[in-house]
Formats: sequence, C-alpha cells, structure tokens
Amino acid sequence: MKILVTAKRVEDAESKIRVNPEGTGIVKEGLKYKINPFDEIAVEEGLRLAAKHGGEVVVVSIGGKEVQEQLRHALAMGAHKAVWVNHEGELDQLGVARLLQKVVEQEQPELAILGKQSIDDDQNQVGQYLATFLGWGQATFASKVESLESEAEKTKQPGIIVNDGKVTVVREVDNGLATLEVGLPAVVTTDLRLNLPRYASLPGIMKAKSKPIQELTPSGLGVDVTPKVVVQKLSPPPERKAGIKVEDVSTLIDKLRNEAKVV
Amino acid sequence: MSIVLIVAEQQPDGALRKASLNALTAGSQLASAAGAELHAAILGKDVSGLAQELAGYGVKAVHVANDAAFEHYLAETYAPVIAELAKSISATFVGSASTAFGKDLMPRVAAHLEAAMATDVVAVSGSGSDIVYTRPMWAGNVVAEVKLATPVQVFTVRPTEFEAAAQSGSGEVKTFSPTVPEVKTRFVEFQEVKSARPQLTEADVVISGGRGTKGDFKEIEALADLLGAAIGASRAVCDAGWVPNDLQVGQTGKVVAPKLYIAAGISGAIQHLAGMKGSKTIVAINKDPEAPIFQVADYGLVADLFKVLPELREGLEKLKS
Repeated sequence: MKILVTAKRVEDAESKIRVNPEGTGIVKEGLKYKINPFDEIAVEEGLRLAAKHGGEVVVVSIGGKEVQEQLRHALAMGAHKAVWVNHEGELDQLGVARLLQKVVEQEQPELAILGKQSIDDDQNQVGQYLATFLGWGQATFASKVESLESEAEKTKQPGIIVNDGKVTVVREVDNGLATLEVGLPAVVTTDLRLNLPRYASLPGIMKAKSKPIQELTPSGLGVDVTPKVVVQKLSPPPERKAGIKVEDVSTLIDKLRNEAKVV
Repeated sequence: MSIVLIVAEQQPDGALRKASLNALTAGSQLASAAGAELHAAILGKDVSGLAQELAGYGVKAVHVANDAAFEHYLAETYAPVIAELAKSISATFVGSASTAFGKDLMPRVAAHLEAAMATDVVAVSGSGSDIVYTRPMWAGNVVAEVKLATPVQVFTVRPTEFEAAAQSGSGEVKTFSPTVPEVKTRFVEFQEVKSARPQLTEADVVISGGRGTKGDFKEIEALADLLGAAIGASRAVCDAGWVPNDLQVGQTGKVVAPKLYIAAGISGAIQHLAGMKGSKTIVAINKDPEAPIFQVADYGLVADLFKVLPELREGLEKLKS
C-alpha cells in the first residue's frame, strides 16, 4: 500500500523559545530544528506498515529550502520518496491542508498519516481539515494499548492495524481509549504513544542522498495560501512569581495552611 | 443578530460534560464582545434531557438532534450535521471545549464551513466580527493573539481558563432532525479508565509523580485519598507504562489548573510545565535542587519524596482531626 506521511520542520522541543522584542515572531538565533515529533511518529508508523504490508512511503514537507533537511532525515529513516512544496513565508492550517490535498490527489495514497499537531503552532487541525477536504474518514490521536517500553514495542510492529480495506486505530481520548475502524482511504493522526521512532542509520543516510525529492509550489498546485489565521501579536507568557524553598514538611504545611490557604 | 454556537458534549456515562459549561462561559464572553446571541447544540441518541439542562445556563436556544446514529460519537457523522446547523441559523462563531471530542470534531466542522480556527483559546476580546483570540503556542512558551479572517470563525477553548457557566434563565429547546450521512467509519469500543478519584482536569488538588517515584505511586495514592485529589504523572512515567497514559500532565497530555498542584519527583521538563503552570499554588518535592520544577513552584522542598510524602500525609491528617 502507498502511504503518505508529513514531516514539518519545527524548533527542537528542548529549545528555549523566546519572543522577539517586536512581538512579531520568535528569536531564531541558536535554535535547532527537527522533524515535528508527532510527524516523526507518523513517518515511523508509515515505515512499519510498509514493512508489514509492502508498498511505499512518500514524505511531504512544506517550506523554504531548509525543509529538505527534514525530508532527507525521513528518507534516511527509510521513506521511499519525498515531495517538497516550496513556499517561503507564513502558512496557516487551511493553507497547509489545501496543499496536502493536492499532493494526495497527485500521489493517490491509500492512507495519510500526520502528526496530531505541530509543536510550534499547537493547533491540531490539519489532519481533520485534510480528511474533510478529501471526503475521507479520520482517526485522530492514534495510540496503542501497550506501553512504549513494552516487549510488543520492541518488535517494531505497527500500532495501526490494516486489514481488508480498513484501518483499526486505538485512539487516545479523555478517560480511556476509543477504537475506531475506518474504511480506506483514510487520514490518521498520531499521538505520542503510538511508537518510538527509529534513528537514521549510516547506510540509511547514505541511501537517502540518492532518493528523489520532487519540488512543487503552491501556485503550481493552484492553491491560494494567504493565511486566514492572522497573528496580531506574540508575547511571553506571564511569569510566575518566584517561590521559596522550605526547610521541612512542617514549614510546608504551615505555608499551605496559613499563606496559600489551600489545605 | 449574529450567533455564537457552542457544541456541548455528552460523557460516556450519559451526563453532560462539565467542560461544556466552561465553554459556555467563553461563548457568553464572546457573545458580549461580538454583540451576538449565545446558542448551544447537542447531538446524541437521546439527549433531550441534556438539552433541557443546557437551556438553564444562560443560552438563548439549545439545538438538539436525537438519532441512534449519534449514540457513539464519530467526527464524520457529527461534523456535517453541526456545520449544516451553523449554516441554517447563520452562526458566525462555532466553538466547543478543547476536550478530545472538541479537538477531533471542530476542525472537521471548520473544514465544512471553510472556516479558519483557533485551538485552545484562553481569552477572547475585541468587538463585532473583529474578535481577537488569545491562545498558547510553542507549548505555552508564547502567547499569541490571532484573528480569524473567514466569514465563520471556529474555536476550541481551554476549560481551565473559564469558570463553569452558572445557571440562569431558560432558553428555548429546538429539536431538529438532520440527515445523518452514511460513513465508512465504525465505532468499535471504548475502554474507560475507571477511577473513584475526581477527573484530572476538574480536580481542586492534583498530585503528580515523575521518574523519581520509580513507578511506586503508593504514597501519592495515599495522599490523594486524604485530600480527595486527582493523580497525574509526567510523560516519562506514562511512556514507561508505570501509570495509564491518560494521567499525563503536560502540553501533550492534560492541561490542569487546580488550586493546589503537588509535583513529586518531577524534574519539570518544558512540556510538563506547560500543562500545570496555571495552577494556583504549586509545591515541588525533588532531590535535585537544580530541577527546573523549582522555578515555577511556590514552595519547594529539596528532599526524597518517599520520606516527605508520608510526613506530609501524617501532618495533614493531624490538621484535619
């Protein structure tokens, strides 16, 4: 089966993010960039499914030429080919979903796996928009019953079950796990506990250099990507007042009772 | 007059989800700013009773559709019905709480309406259709003010940032009978994590354990029992399979804002802090004096949690008796 996965370029989750003095963006100096962690899980899941069922994994990223780094990383993990939508400048979730829709129409995958959200915008929308625009079913927040340190995870089996033209997905929802069966083609978005992504191996990195990256553009795809989510201003979150260290439990109880008045 | 439509949610046990009441407060603030009417909607197998209940929370009207097809929530059956309802009443704003339900459903509703959307809204301001939504980005390290430049605006709100709506007035209950689309998606099962403790996102006191617990939550449980608290955990603890995934507090888990948050053996990774920084009083217990959790804690105790937690419980027990 053919599987399409996404690989957005985002700031490393361990980075210290600071707003610039103008409130128009974040300070980019010294930041490291990676594949969005949720997308990395999507790439891994695609690779596991392709290993089990045969087929190929196409990875897509949107952005300036720097996103080729993330595409190369996904190719080094084992993805078969890459699509790069070359676009400098702002994009919102509607724009991204419309671009992905065009790429899906071109590539004709049976399954699209996306991260449930990117760790910069934290919007959690693109997978659902894409599924709706395509008229496909969706299963968001794909997880699995076994933990990431379980023996089952070590066997590198996919957490998404593909069988008889359907995908069965265990979704992480409030107060439990909900299982859905979705007819293909479908969109699945990943939660953190679906799998532990592999590292790119040295042979993988060497091989990735000769794998194809197809370049597309929004205008070539006929998509107007003018953002409809318009950012007015960014600011740092309110600082918490610095607290104190207490010496012992009885002081703590005294503070909680008489100062914070919470016990 | 423009309309703010809030989509309410039924819990698996049949009751109205409390977060829906928090979303109604956000909806009411938005309605005041926009000069709009507040409406609510609920879908289910037999939710006329819940619609009646919703009508008592300061809404002008509650739109309710009962259909066996709505017994188990599916984005694909709910979204087109909500979108059609929004069109038929000319709603300008459509929102819900940022629960798993809201986060799954509302972008699909937005897609049907060609609407831009803001997720996890913590405040609304502005006037008329010129509304500004405040929402966190980069795991809460940035606060963004955004506008949505589409004729219909869709949003989800963080329930912890808005009070639950108080009972007031009595809105009109309007039953409608939508055509439910045929879909290729089937609900299979829901495995509920049952707990006698309060819900993590709704508790007044939350006690969370991290790597420092080494998976031993007995003392945390004992203290939680005494305080009627919910139990949370760091991502590392959930990934290790020591506690169920749905206890995870953090940007990628649950966002909580209780009156008292006790972090035991949690170092305080950025993504964990994003999930609990809004708590009123934070207590951190950690052996490592350099742990980042101390930077957000009102009261820090550099000590072994296995020594501190029993002492804390005994001390608080004495206080209570």
